[in-house]
Amino acid sequence: MIKPDVYHSLGLSDKEYQDILKILRRQPSNTELAMFSVEWSEHCGYPRSRRWLKLLPKTGKYKTLIGEDSGGIIIDGLAIIFKMESHNHPSQVEPKQGAATGVGGIIRDIFTAGARPIALLDSLRFGPLSQAYNKYLFTGVVDGIQFYGNCVGVPTVGGEIYFDQSYAGNCLVNAMCIGVARKDKLVRARAFGKGNPIMYVGSSTGRDGIGGCSILASHEFKAGEEKRPTVQIGDPFTEKCLIEATLEAINTGYVVGIKDMGAAGLTCCTSEMASAGNSGMDIELQAVPRREENMEPWELMMSESQERMLICVKKGKEEQIKKIFLKWGLNASVIGKVTDSGLVTIRDNGKIVAQIKAHALTKAPVYDMPYKKPGYLRKLNKLALNKIPKPKDYNKVLLKLLAAPSITNKAWVYEQYDHMVQTNTMLLPGSDAAVLRLKGTKKGVAATADCNSRYCFLNPYRGAQIAVAEAARNLVCSGAHPAAVTDCLNFGNPEKPESFWQFKNCLEGIADACKSFNIAVVSGNVSFYNESPQGAINPTPTIGMIGILNDVNNACSQNFKQEGDAIILLGYCKEELGASDYLKEIHNLTKGNAPQLDLKLEQAVHKTALEAIERGLVNSAHDCSEGGLAVALAECCVSNKEKMIGANINRLNYDLRADALLFGESQSRIILSCSNDSVEKIRKIAKKFKTPFSVIGKTCGRVLRILKAEEELIYLSLEDLYEEYNGSLKKKIEG
Amino acid sequence: MKFGVVVFPGSNCDQDCFYVIKDVLKKPVRYIWHQDIDLDGLDCVILPGGFSYGDYLRTGAIARFSPLMKSIAGFTRKGGSVIGICNGFQILLEAGLLPGVMLRNRGLHFICRYVYIKTENNDTRFTGFYNAGQILKIPIAHNEGNYYIDASGLKELRDNNQIVFRYCSDSGEVSERFNPNGALDNIAGIINKKGNILGMMPHPERSSEKGLGSEDGYFIFKSVVNFLEKKRA
Repeated sequence: MIKPDVYHSLGLSDKEYQDILKILRRQPSNTELAMFSVEWSEHCGYPRSRRWLKLLPKTGKYKTLIGEDSGGIIIDGLAIIFKMESHNHPSQVEPKQGAATGVGGIIRDIFTAGARPIALLDSLRFGPLSQAYNKYLFTGVVDGIQFYGNCVGVPTVGGEIYFDQSYAGNCLVNAMCIGVARKDKLVRARAFGKGNPIMYVGSSTGRDGIGGCSILASHEFKAGEEKRPTVQIGDPFTEKCLIEATLEAINTGYVVGIKDMGAAGLTCCTSEMASAGNSGMDIELQAVPRREENMEPWELMMSESQERMLICVKKGKEEQIKKIFLKWGLNASVIGKVTDSGLVTIRDNGKIVAQIKAHALTKAPVYDMPYKKPGYLRKLNKLALNKIPKPKDYNKVLLKLLAAPSITNKAWVYEQYDHMVQTNTMLLPGSDAAVLRLKGTKKGVAATADCNSRYCFLNPYRGAQIAVAEAARNLVCSGAHPAAVTDCLNFGNPEKPESFWQFKNCLEGIADACKSFNIAVVSGNVSFYNESPQGAINPTPTIGMIGILNDVNNACSQNFKQEGDAIILLGYCKEELGASDYLKEIHNLTKGNAPQLDLKLEQAVHKTALEAIERGLVNSAHDCSEGGLAVALAECCVSNKEKMIGANINRLNYDLRADALLFGESQSRIILSCSNDSVEKIRKIAKKFKTPFSVIGKTCGRVLRILKAEEELIYLSLEDLYEEYNGSLKKKIEG
Repeated sequence: MKFGVVVFPGSNCDQDCFYVIKDVLKKPVRYIWHQDIDLDGLDCVILPGGFSYGDYLRTGAIARFSPLMKSIAGFTRKGGSVIGICNGFQILLEAGLLPGVMLRNRGLHFICRYVYIKTENNDTRFTGFYNAGQILKIPIAHNEGNYYIDASGLKELRDNNQIVFRYCSDSGEVSERFNPNGALDNIAGIINKKGNILGMMPHPERSSEKGLGSEDGYFIFKSVVNFLEKKRA
């Protein structure tokens, strides 16, 4: 008889245990119990989120491909595969290895599809840097990403970093990888064909990371808990060899299916590959390469040792595949074969230690979670602007915002990442989106990761829509057509109705916005239980989006290019200060509502900017987001330190509070600069799409000057702007 | 004339170098697997950047023992041209084919960004296309680029005109301010006495096409081609 505290400690509920008894019609063995616990955890089986994930559109204007572990789009016979995944809990426990193995895991999801990984992005969130532990987490995570990404030879080209009190007890590390393959070279994570051998390749199995996904990822942090032994250790050198060997193996045509042993290791690989292939599998654990002695069967099945994969190979071709892996100094051993029984059978020295229907393991129960709008929102959403004092000195406000860690330039971080290896990076980090060329074609891929979680906290539905809209806007500014989305959904404890309400609303927001842009969500990840004794994180549905440049030579960056250019604002400014960085940084308020979003207007702005960029009329394009118009203009002035150019903004015809005009975060705005003879052409394009268009000033001199009617609000030298924008993060970290 | 690009387990700029030779320079090139020792028919061998064997012991310290390195030593004795870029430079130092050692960057961080280097010696087979003192815009990407050599070694490098590139400002000022990693005397690249082995930390293969932001590195490869063609004629 298995006692409740045993299965409880594995994260299984009483009801789930009863279900297991029904499925097996007998008591489970230790190994079987362990296997159910990981497969039915939120991390693997999505029991709490699955119902809502169905809302997300799976098709869009680009042809989509949705695999078991990743997804992508097809253009011109090329598959662009991408996915974002969280590694929050491990990073909170051990930041360097947590982040490193997050990067390793997401890369494996891409090359096991047969695609060569060409780029990485990271969305990172921490508590304020003023607290020492947050600084430790932040520098540790950056160190982990550089340690792994640089060695493995995949450029880290972009991402985002935010600091907010809500992440102080639970940081977020979301890693995204993009890969490219010829469409006919793709493989799935499936095992089928009776008698086909199952091969284990890569690193040996140890006791690291046992229970990582069921224990670590599926519970909130409680005070004083020691969870370090459940974090895995990364080996990027082995991963690099594994990339090359795997792509070489897939290229032989002898690989039937392949899957990364990530979360839940062998359990997940055997049951999910068999289930996806509508087959069974017979595995002998004695054949599993291991690096520790006396490992129990359940330990082998649960281990999350990194850099391992399971391959289903065409019968008779084992030796050819083995040769490739051995050449790269990697293990490769046949550990079992495909059967037609529908059962996953695990043996230890011939003796059966687990035998479960593959479909039963992979079909986690679906829970209808109760949800309820949090009571605090009514009060928080109210913002009386007349009670917000107007600043005396707008220059000081702008400088303070430029130095705020969430806004300031992140060169201190991205210069530690190799962002150029593979020589595809056409737009380097520091602009609105990264742009990569696709060698051998004229086309390019742009990529970005976005989410303003303060918006999502104050208005989950609209905040999530804005995350999609802003990601698309960033791509448009770089000259790309928004093409498809991967989402990484980070939330608190789903068993709390207020948390689940945030999840549900964010998901509806993403679904509606993506449908409106006609783009699909091709892959994603759910991370619940992001809570600590200090409370839940802000709801953070990170949107990873890729876009396509029809001609990569049209890639456009945010910085002003030459003196005397006209500066154009597409869209318009409203009196919106709710949820802004200005309220947060200057008035210490998280209040009001997220800015309004009109998806029709948003798309009109995108179409206008894209046509102007593609016709070669535009010299720079930049989205207005956190910190509003003034911050965006300052970035246009100083983000290219080798060629900083000032601006005189003297034609802002708005009757708004000055702080709202300068720092309000109205959506759907893009700042363009162009030579004077292009102005009328762009005005015509704007008219065609009914996009609000105004020339607000011109580039000139060594000063950023912003006037409202006759009143001079901002007058700052480029050197002062640069100092705050470029030097602040380093100062905060290194002192 | 034929180029070879070495592939160690963990090399990660091999494909970039291969691409530049084949698709930009449009010259014949093949990969050399680290266990192959056959360099027949090759005129120029490139040791690319990356993390050979994970750089787990010390950069280049394991790679120098690979059987291929013996062949490369023999290849250079016969006058063959070798370019070691980044990790390739580190391996050449460990193998004793170039003098000096590499320490961790002064700031203890990996650095990836564009820098400027000054051509201190344009009278080599690798720099013939540059003017004396020409300033190149070229990226670096390394953890260990802090070049060091003892005083007599430095004197020898200077006396023999073996310092080929030094870190500088965009206008050519060579000073500590423009030294990204703490390298002694701002040294970014050196050559052996015989003049057929170049080691450099910056990545010329990443700056060989205008679209990537600079094509200043292209002329290193072009210079070698020019040298080999002249030699043949």
